[in-house]
Amino acid sequence: MSQVIRAEGLRKRFGETRALDGVDLAVEEGTVLGVLGPNGAGKTTAVRVLATLAKPDEGRAEICGYDVMRDATRVRALIGLTGQYASLDEELTGRENLVMIGRLLDLPRAEARARAAGLLERFRLSDAAGRAVKTYSGGMRRRLDIAASMINRPRVVFLDEPTTGLDPRARGEVWDTVREMALDGATVLLTTQYLEEADALADRIAVFDHGRVIEDGTPAELKARAGRQTLVVRAAEVFRTEQLAAIVAELTGERPEVRLDAGLVTAPVTDPGVLRAVVQRLDEAGLVAAEVALRLPSLDEVFLSLTGHAADAAGSAAEEQLEGSVR
Amino acid sequence: MTTMTTMTGTTAHDALPPARISLRRTVRHSLTLAWRNIAQLRHSPEKLIDVTLMPLVFLVLFLYVFGGAVAGSTHAYLQQLLPGLVAQMAMFATMGLGTALSEDIRKGVFDRFRSLPIARSAPLIGTVVGDTVRFLTVVVVLSVAGTALGFRFGSDPLRVLAGFALAYVFYLAFSWISVMVGLIAPSPETVQGLAFMFVMPLTFGSSVFVANTSTMPGWLETWTKMNPVSHLTDALRALLVGGPVGNHVWITLAWAVGIVTVTFPIAMRMYARRA
Ligand SMILES: Nc1ncnc2c1ncn2[C@@H]1O[C@H](COP(=O)(O)OP(=O)(O)OP(=O)(O)O)[C@@H](O)[C@H]1O
Ligand SMILES: [Mg+2]
Repeated sequence: MSQVIRAEGLRKRFGETRALDGVDLAVEEGTVLGVLGPNGAGKTTAVRVLATLAKPDEGRAEICGYDVMRDATRVRALIGLTGQYASLDEELTGRENLVMIGRLLDLPRAEARARAAGLLERFRLSDAAGRAVKTYSGGMRRRLDIAASMINRPRVVFLDEPTTGLDPRARGEVWDTVREMALDGATVLLTTQYLEEADALADRIAVFDHGRVIEDGTPAELKARAGRQTLVVRAAEVFRTEQLAAIVAELTGERPEVRLDAGLVTAPVTDPGVLRAVVQRLDEAGLVAAEVALRLPSLDEVFLSLTGHAADAAGSAAEEQLEGSVR
Repeated sequence: MTTMTTMTGTTAHDALPPARISLRRTVRHSLTLAWRNIAQLRHSPEKLIDVTLMPLVFLVLFLYVFGGAVAGSTHAYLQQLLPGLVAQMAMFATMGLGTALSEDIRKGVFDRFRSLPIARSAPLIGTVVGDTVRFLTVVVVLSVAGTALGFRFGSDPLRVLAGFALAYVFYLAFSWISVMVGLIAPSPETVQGLAFMFVMPLTFGSSVFVANTSTMPGWLETWTKMNPVSHLTDALRALLVGGPVGNHVWITLAWAVGIVTVTFPIAMRMYARRA
């Protein structure tokens, strides 16, 4: 296996802001790297540098062995990029957008049309293919934007927050697409603000904070380091909630949080194996559970345990605004 | 299916384009991107409203307000005014370009282009060439409306054609000023104001509205005599109506080359810096 994405010591400043402050990355061929981080962590900047759209102040990066600055044209032929903000021509139809990109990739007219049609079909956009993109919903735009980055059958795909703002169904579809890309052998780097998403899709996760990679590992390693998950059990018969709480307390050794009105019992757990024990004990006690689940820690909880500080929400809200006005 | 994927996977390196993009491919990419502008116009033809209405309004207003005073009769003035308006309206037509580019950058369309293996210049060249439609609209509107009002073209159609071709060459060159302004301006809203700073003194401080500039104060007359728009106007008067061309054609062409030589590199530099 070879490393198709490599970055060493990437630094980039915008005025006083250190968007990237020494980022190293290495992604093995055919794997999915999830870049996880709060607003302003430097995710987009890293993607833009790797995709040849921005120059780093320091450091170097290679895609399939080609330097992103010296060999930018070759890198561009190998990658597909779906940026955080849609990069489509709003005035053109979905089909026209894809055909145009196919033609810019030197595909013959018939081939460009065929690939466009195939991708429109695959992303369930065939019905809307003849409509101007400005009439599309947010989810449709996202899907078209992802389709647009796949026309050259890229070996390396960058997806910057591909599911932010999507409804659960559209999110599921994007997840399926990412999995398909990986199955086809593409290497994928996707950024996200949700641990759940990184956990579902990524082989490895890099956690960004203030322009640095503060943690790097498999989802399992990360979850173990990020601390405890939450056991959630909901009684089907609300009047038996207290009995349920007693079982949970005994198995986790923690005092659970109980909401009698909803029949809900939650408790922090360290050992995921507890889930099976709970199911077994409920069975023995003849208790029917409406819901038994292990909830992953939220990004905030991960940050709190990895960095000792919460993801800086106030600061990033201001940055978000700034970004909006810059663009 | 699986074998296909593996195959493309292993041959991808051989299929890689060369590190540099040939001129031929750049021309083709630029034409594809010019097609994009034309497709946009097909979806929203109302974008041509400025290049349709403004020439009409200017033609009628200036003809009847100044005609009698400047040339003694509206008919005599029309023969002077129309070639000048072709020059002025062609300059005006380039102003939308900067705004459109600025919008494209803000909306991220250019990010997509910049992530593709095409020449940096292709999106800019494509946009300029695609805007030819706007120039043609100006020419057609002015020719038809002018003729309806009594304008008479000279008897040699080749000379008339040469006149429009000259206007087109200058229009293309001038477009790069608009491109440059569009890339320098911090937002689409500011482009228009900046572009006016170039277009107004160039088109009004010229021989567009008055063929005889000797009544102007000295400094203005000097400026007017240097102004490339005056040379284009004088060349157009000779080519569209009749009379000696002098060296106005050559001076206009020299200006066109000069403008592109200066603005193209600046525009490309700004483009690389933006985004
Ligand atoms: N063009 C720019 N000009 C000035 N500052 C910038 C620019 N781009 C990014 N920054 C700053 O660099 C930092 C990192 O930004 P970046 O967009 O990479 O973060 P992100 O992790 O993608 O955040 P988000 O989750 O909000 O998308 C932020 O503080 C941001 O304000
Ligand atoms: Mg971002």
